[in-house]
Amino acid sequence: MSTTLLVVQMLNGLQLGILLFLIAAGLTLVFGVMDFVNLAHGVQYMLGAYLAVLFWRLTGSFALALPLALVAAFAIGLALELAIFRRLYARDHLDQVLATFGLILILNDGVKALFGNAPLSLPMPEALSGAVRIMDGLSYPLYRLVLIAAGLAVAAGLALLVSRTRAGMLVRAGASDAAMVSALGVDIGRLFSLVFAFGAMLAAFAGAMAAPLLSVESGMGDNLLVLAFVVIVIGGIGSIRGAFVASLIVGLVDTLGRSFATDILKLAFSPSAANQAGPAIASMAIYILMAAILFVRPAGLFPASRSA
Amino acid sequence: MTEAPALALDGLTKSFGSLVVSDAVSLSVRPGEIHALIGPNGAGKTTLIHQVSGHLRPDAGRIALAGTDVTAMAPHRRARLGLSRTFQITSVIPAATARQNVVLALRPATAAGLRLWPDPAGDAALAARAGETLALVGLEGRIDIPASDLSHGERRALELAMALAPSPRVLLLDEPMAGTGREESAHLLRTLAALKGRCAMLLVEHDMHAVFSLADRVSVLVGGRIVASGAPDAVRADPAVRAAYLGDEAALC
Amino acid sequence: MKAAGPDTARRLSAAILIPLVLFAALALLPLAAQFGPKAYILSLGTRLMIFALAAISLDLILGYGGMVSFGHAAFLGIGGYAAGILVDEGRGDLLLALPLAMAASALFAAATGYVSIRTRGVAFIMITLAFAQMAYFFANTLSAYGGSDGLSLLARSGVAGLPLMKNDTAFFYVVLAILALAFGACRLLVASPFGQALEAVRQNPGRMAAMGYDTDRIKLIAYAISGTLCGVAGFLLANQTEFVSPSYMAWQRSGELIAMVVLGGMGTLHGALLGAVAFLALEEILSDLTPHWRLVFGPILILVVLMGRGGLVGLIGRMRR
Repeated sequence: MSTTLLVVQMLNGLQLGILLFLIAAGLTLVFGVMDFVNLAHGVQYMLGAYLAVLFWRLTGSFALALPLALVAAFAIGLALELAIFRRLYARDHLDQVLATFGLILILNDGVKALFGNAPLSLPMPEALSGAVRIMDGLSYPLYRLVLIAAGLAVAAGLALLVSRTRAGMLVRAGASDAAMVSALGVDIGRLFSLVFAFGAMLAAFAGAMAAPLLSVESGMGDNLLVLAFVVIVIGGIGSIRGAFVASLIVGLVDTLGRSFATDILKLAFSPSAANQAGPAIASMAIYILMAAILFVRPAGLFPASRSA
Repeated sequence: MTEAPALALDGLTKSFGSLVVSDAVSLSVRPGEIHALIGPNGAGKTTLIHQVSGHLRPDAGRIALAGTDVTAMAPHRRARLGLSRTFQITSVIPAATARQNVVLALRPATAAGLRLWPDPAGDAALAARAGETLALVGLEGRIDIPASDLSHGERRALELAMALAPSPRVLLLDEPMAGTGREESAHLLRTLAALKGRCAMLLVEHDMHAVFSLADRVSVLVGGRIVASGAPDAVRADPAVRAAYLGDEAALC
Repeated sequence: MKAAGPDTARRLSAAILIPLVLFAALALLPLAAQFGPKAYILSLGTRLMIFALAAISLDLILGYGGMVSFGHAAFLGIGGYAAGILVDEGRGDLLLALPLAMAASALFAAATGYVSIRTRGVAFIMITLAFAQMAYFFANTLSAYGGSDGLSLLARSGVAGLPLMKNDTAFFYVVLAILALAFGACRLLVASPFGQALEAVRQNPGRMAAMGYDTDRIKLIAYAISGTLCGVAGFLLANQTEFVSPSYMAWQRSGELIAMVVLGGMGTLHGALLGAVAFLALEEILSDLTPHWRLVFGPILILVVLMGRGGLVGLIGRMRR
């Protein structure tokens, strides 16, 4: 395993971690503040990608398509919250799982009906399409670096928003004690709507930013959703900081594991055994991590609620 | 050798963070005796009951059930050894009828236990026994009503029947009178008086009339510590007890 | 959750009537199939019954035990792979392969259940999902058995050396017999002391522990029985399609199984039966009408959650009232 490969894979892992964080941030807030299991959060990511494609087709510019997609995703999030989700807050988790599962079916099939079955692609914006030389013999695509930087910027902004503003304070308080917040006379319904739509927008941002790198297709959010759940369980439900740390852990463990697990195992076992077990262990690693954390630390690494 | 107490607590200590909720509590309940545990709110009475039943683990100390050390045992194993309890907030199986609730209470001690196929003969026998226990607490007319449809007082009586049904060695009663109406609590009091002697009881109760008419011995818990213990009249006269209940004095008499 | 209606007698009769009608209809299906596209009807009917078996197994822990397993499809995969691998290795006879498939499922259930049942609420949903994902990705790396492409079965399992399941009609009746047997066994199970304890543990674990029940053990046994039964469904599914792949264990499949149970009405067993049949029949009919059948199916699912308390069984109960 060469240094350049290691650096590339770390950057790839970082990139996956950043995408996961953008998805998990909204998911963990909705989960923490409203005690709501939203399986449909992954399709918000997919919607972001489709919306970016749609607006790019209309405007011909990625720079215009991105903000338009975000506004549209926010509006869709708000509409879904008003139409469906708010009726589910008081329900048990089973009902929430089932209704949002229904929503996944609708939205995954909806984009097929509107945009066709074939995967779409979004061309990379001209200005960001080059590569950057990081070190000898290693250049890395500029766009991917921009994605990492943008994600880190959003994370920093989010941290400020949550720790420094009144809305953020309410959200944090709501995550540990929703009853207390509503006792303070805050319009909890409106707070929930905004948090929900904001989370949808963050996921859509991840989808829109990832669109030039991936094929945009129905179901693209499904597996990321499960990874995002892994993230929020590891990080601690309701904790933005936990989501950030856990996203990077999951992104790096998954990416590095897939490239290096076999090599690492070869240090201890025969090559054939390592070739067999390496990929298996690598692909299961984050789930093993999640199960272990649920078992020994059910509240995750950074529990949001400190009630006894 | 004298007979081992039905229940013996020895130096039971438990804290939550810096808050000591049980401070070296020692007390015993003799077979057939009613031992009442009183004290102001927040004195740690319910926490103590939870430790005895195994729902909470003490930090230090020993709990013995008829001479057997049960300190580290899970709640269900203590129950198998003859420990029964009621909860401060009524705890029954809501969708099951009164009779089914009592049958569930009786079954762990029977051979059918957790049999994976039906046991109609055994069920019929248990149902008959359940009927007798329900009559004991005055629920003979409500046998086939789901617990969720019973009144609050009836549910408390049902819970008592569930605790009594397996003929326990020791019965822990956590504020059985709480939230019951005047008539219901009078009925409950008569029921408990009639049951006296059938098993050892550790009774946590705020209703002083009930405590002093039922108990053979009374212990007073204040701030997690036993400040007085003895016969009801002696405890009633104890200055430490009067101090603990200052401002609440009328309730004692 | 399940309401204990005062009209127990009426519910009881529905509990007998619904499965009776369903099983009678299924038993006659191969005869009716003579007058239509026979292979298609038989294959659909077999598929319905296999998923009904999986749904019943899930209802045991979901409806009766209150455990929202979001990884139940893992057992479909384990049963399926057991069939695939054993057939591949020339040990595919039902009398050997089915018990082995059940043992593998039971083992996986016992190991993952031991960890899972110690968690509550959402954590249980997530940890069962995590274990199913592990199984899913593990199957993806089984390169000797097709990896992510899956594994084709050379033939269906024989029964004591006889090619009994080769014939689609015979296979249909084998599946029907297994389903009927499993349904009857589950009926006995939920009426047993164990089944009553399981339902009570769902409602009030603290009370049950205080009465001397080992609640963790009860939940674990239920989980293991449920997983084993679902493994049988996976075994049959692989035999029917003569193919098994990691997609058997995709988390969406676990979601569909939950949907079947809730759609039919959980905690009744015949609800799960009805739910699986309704789910797959609806899928079949809608996908015939439009390629975008999920656009219709999704809203139905949401409406069932928002309005339909008690699923189809609850609806039937209200109509009879």
